[in-house]
Amino acid sequence: MNIWLVMLLGGLITFGMRFSLIYLLAEGRFELPETIRRALHYVPPAVLSAIIFPELFLPNGSLDLSVGNTRLLAGLIAILVAWFTRNTLITILAGMLALFLLKLVL
Amino acid sequence: MSEQFKTFLAGARAEIPLLIGVFPFGMIYGALALNAGLSTAAAQMMSSIVFAGSAQFITAQLVHDSAPGLVIVLTIAVVNLRHMLYSASLAPYLASLSTRWKALLSYLLTDEAYAPTILHYEANGVTPSAHWFLFGAGCSLWTTWQVSTALGIFLGTAIPESWSLDFALPLTFIAMVVPVLKNQPAVAAALSAGVVALVAFSLPYKLGLILAALVGIAVGTFLEGRKSTEGTLPLKEPS
Repeated sequence: MNIWLVMLLGGLITFGMRFSLIYLLAEGRFELPETIRRALHYVPPAVLSAIIFPELFLPNGSLDLSVGNTRLLAGLIAILVAWFTRNTLITILAGMLALFLLKLVL
Repeated sequence: MSEQFKTFLAGARAEIPLLIGVFPFGMIYGALALNAGLSTAAAQMMSSIVFAGSAQFITAQLVHDSAPGLVIVLTIAVVNLRHMLYSASLAPYLASLSTRWKALLSYLLTDEAYAPTILHYEANGVTPSAHWFLFGAGCSLWTTWQVSTALGIFLGTAIPESWSLDFALPLTFIAMVVPVLKNQPAVAAALSAGVVALVAFSLPYKLGLILAALVGIAVGTFLEGRKSTEGTLPLKEPS
């Protein structure tokens, strides 16, 4: 699929979700079920981890748990930095720096 | 100065502290989108067509991994499901507006515009000009997002390949996910999704990602449900 079509569909879906309940609830036609409401809270941890894990554990498409896997080590360092600082920029910078240094050393 | 314009400015002002965080984020998006293989035009236009930070980062990552378009669209849908919560939450306050206003404000309804707006509504209730607050917050955010994207694209072209800039994407996701791991169900959702993503990695069309996300969401929802039923069980006894 063409990237422009992807963006257009993605944009339409995003707008649709933002607009959906503002439109529907106002007319009193629909209420969000409790289970859905609860499930929505788990979208960020689930989706983000599903992207992060392969990036760290499968750097070349296959499982690499060796110390030579610099992306896994740098990622773990970034997780620690994120945990303690709660700061996006510092986490990114620390992870990039860790990857750079680990590549020099290992 | 009209009441509407005053409220518009109040919304824009309330947005300023958030913009300080948004600006570098937009720059990083612009640089990474380009690095992931999007054209300058596509990277810039995504900021107005999709206008949703995390979905844009994820799209960049999936383009970089050459995921099929349909999977990217599906992932954007899953990631942006949370906007339905905002939509539900603001619906009663916007009920009296015209459909045109509702559509415009919906387009601007991002995480960062929602946060100050709901606080404003909770403090002041619905007034004839109250929706101008969301309009002001949304417009200032929109403008900042476009400008920061452009700057990021501009700088991104200057960053050499050897810097492994593609790694900044998973790092961004790490910075986003760690703060939401506040309780056991959230941690379980993250771990189960991560493990399924590894096991299902070889599935075609990147479907492993969608499968992993759905498993993680189901695990988190199930665990929270079990916890809350345990907690409320005594209340369900007939009195």
